[in-house]
Amino acid sequence: MIEVRNLKKSFKDGENITEVLKGIDFIAKSGEFIAIMGRSGAGKSTFLYQMSLLDEPTSGEIFIDQKDTHTMTVNEKTYFRLSRLGYVFQDYALLPEMSALENVVLPLLMQDLKEKEAYQKAENALIKVGLGHRLHNLPAQLSGGEQQRVSIARAIAHEPQILFADEPTANLDNESSRMVMNIFKELHRAGQTIVMVTHEEEYSKFADRIIHLDDGRIVL
Amino acid sequence: MFSSLNIRIGFFLARRQVRRSSPWTTVLIIFVMFFTFLNLVVVSGILVGLIQGAIVAVRSHYTSDVIVSSLNNKTYIENSPEILNIIKSLPEVEAVSARYLEGGTLEANYKTRTSYKEKPNIAAASVTGIDPIAEDKVTNLSKFIVEGEYLTPLDYDQVLIGSYLTAKYLPIDSPGFTTLRDVAPGTKIRVKVHGVEREVTIKGIIKAKVDEVSMRVFMIDSELRSLIGRNDYNVDEISIKLKPGTDPATVRDILKRNGVDRVAKVQTYVDAQPKFIKDMVDTFALLGNMLSSIGLVVASITIFIVIFINAITRRKFIGILKGIGINERAIEISYILQSFFYAFCGSVIGVLVLYVFLQPAIAAHPIDFPFSDGILVAPVSGTVLRIALLMATTIIAGFIPARLIVRKNTLDSILGRN
Repeated sequence: MIEVRNLKKSFKDGENITEVLKGIDFIAKSGEFIAIMGRSGAGKSTFLYQMSLLDEPTSGEIFIDQKDTHTMTVNEKTYFRLSRLGYVFQDYALLPEMSALENVVLPLLMQDLKEKEAYQKAENALIKVGLGHRLHNLPAQLSGGEQQRVSIARAIAHEPQILFADEPTANLDNESSRMVMNIFKELHRAGQTIVMVTHEEEYSKFADRIIHLDDGRIVL
Repeated sequence: MFSSLNIRIGFFLARRQVRRSSPWTTVLIIFVMFFTFLNLVVVSGILVGLIQGAIVAVRSHYTSDVIVSSLNNKTYIENSPEILNIIKSLPEVEAVSARYLEGGTLEANYKTRTSYKEKPNIAAASVTGIDPIAEDKVTNLSKFIVEGEYLTPLDYDQVLIGSYLTAKYLPIDSPGFTTLRDVAPGTKIRVKVHGVEREVTIKGIIKAKVDEVSMRVFMIDSELRSLIGRNDYNVDEISIKLKPGTDPATVRDILKRNGVDRVAKVQTYVDAQPKFIKDMVDTFALLGNMLSSIGLVVASITIFIVIFINAITRRKFIGILKGIGINERAIEISYILQSFFYAFCGSVIGVLVLYVFLQPAIAAHPIDFPFSDGILVAPVSGTVLRIALLMATTIIAGFIPARLIVRKNTLDSILGRN
């Protein structure tokens, strides 16, 4: 479960301070699929980055499974992300010098899994997203849709408690987008908690709950 | 911090980065490290080798392994025949050359001078009486004949003159120092020793990069003995060549135990080195180290720039790695390992080139410096130390830029924000 209390985030640019999140209270229950929507600049991605511990909020509290993330050190947050969270980025964020399998296996190895076990899990994750035949291809040798599926495989291989996705279909064609959303649907059906930022109405319908952000606040 | 897990992941990342990076870039960096290694080892090695070459030359062409010479307050070695017998009886000794030495003058133009106002062409020299065969066995003196021929035991009234006594080979005009003009094998000159003058013919000219050879005039020992009236067979210098593998100090100590040091100085070739030679070795080593240090700094900066540019261009991916939970230390280790790889490859190639090609090649064809045949001195211990230094410097130079980039905010790195 994620609980966010009075979350604020502002950015300083010289003398100017831009308040992007203006006090958000939010709860996501375990197993929920939540879509965060809003117009461009509403603070959707910023909200996701704070919840997923990729960024430091200016103020407010974030609890994940009752654990106060505010008190965590940088290393603790890194380990928390490694063991409990999964990420799917808009631009896939794959490491170009590593094959699909290596991209997926890396976080598993970092969890100190035995090499054989890690590679087996990585392979299973890639098979799950339909890329069992592309294990040894470099990202540059894959289509956009395939790269995003590798990104999903990397995010779910270690069976995270929460999967965060930042506009996962933004760079994909319709067919690839549908394929990605179907994977999310399957994961959700299997009990995966998913928090997804999207600006596409069509794909927000896959979620249990949609929250709308406008001018740094939840409006619905 | 540097846990086995971080090292394992660092290795995983480094291996893939090196494997998939541009081969030309990798080759270029290794090339830079290779030349840095050579700069570290060869520059100081040549500088030390320049002096070492001179030391080797003095040993092989003059002092040999052990030299027995007259005491400072004596004009010759007393009881020389007995001492020679002791030396020749030692099983460690391979060859011995006993020399008579007297200061004298040489005059070249006495036949062509037409007026008493014309200045005689006189050069001061150390006149040395030798047994040509014994001398050649010890110092290979015949190898240094550049004009004419070497002496035979029957060559009375014939001399070999050192090249530094001739204007042809030492064309300097310095007050108080004169050389013989227009002399060549076959030219007659006058040798004056102890007021006794004798006309001799130049049989050959000797040129070696050892002053004690090139500044001397050599004649048959019996002839010099008769010139100076030395009938007791007491000599001034004995050079002893030892069998291969014999420690000169052992023979020196045997001779001292036999009382030779009471009538003569007994020195190994090392003992006989003047202090300034030892100081020069140290000075050149220091100079070499200073120059090498500059090379080391240049290499560090090169690696720093390479890793910094690499880390800057990969900042987004470093952010992604941190984002998916890869420990910062593991990422830093990956860059340290990359730096290590470049330094290691450069050093390995450097060691191969150094010991398989450079050192043997320079040993076979020494560098022709004006005062020595320079060799490349690169002892393994010194090379290992320099490799360690190069590795350490490179690793630090790789770590600092990696640390600078890795410590940046994760999200800023992923999004490319400053």
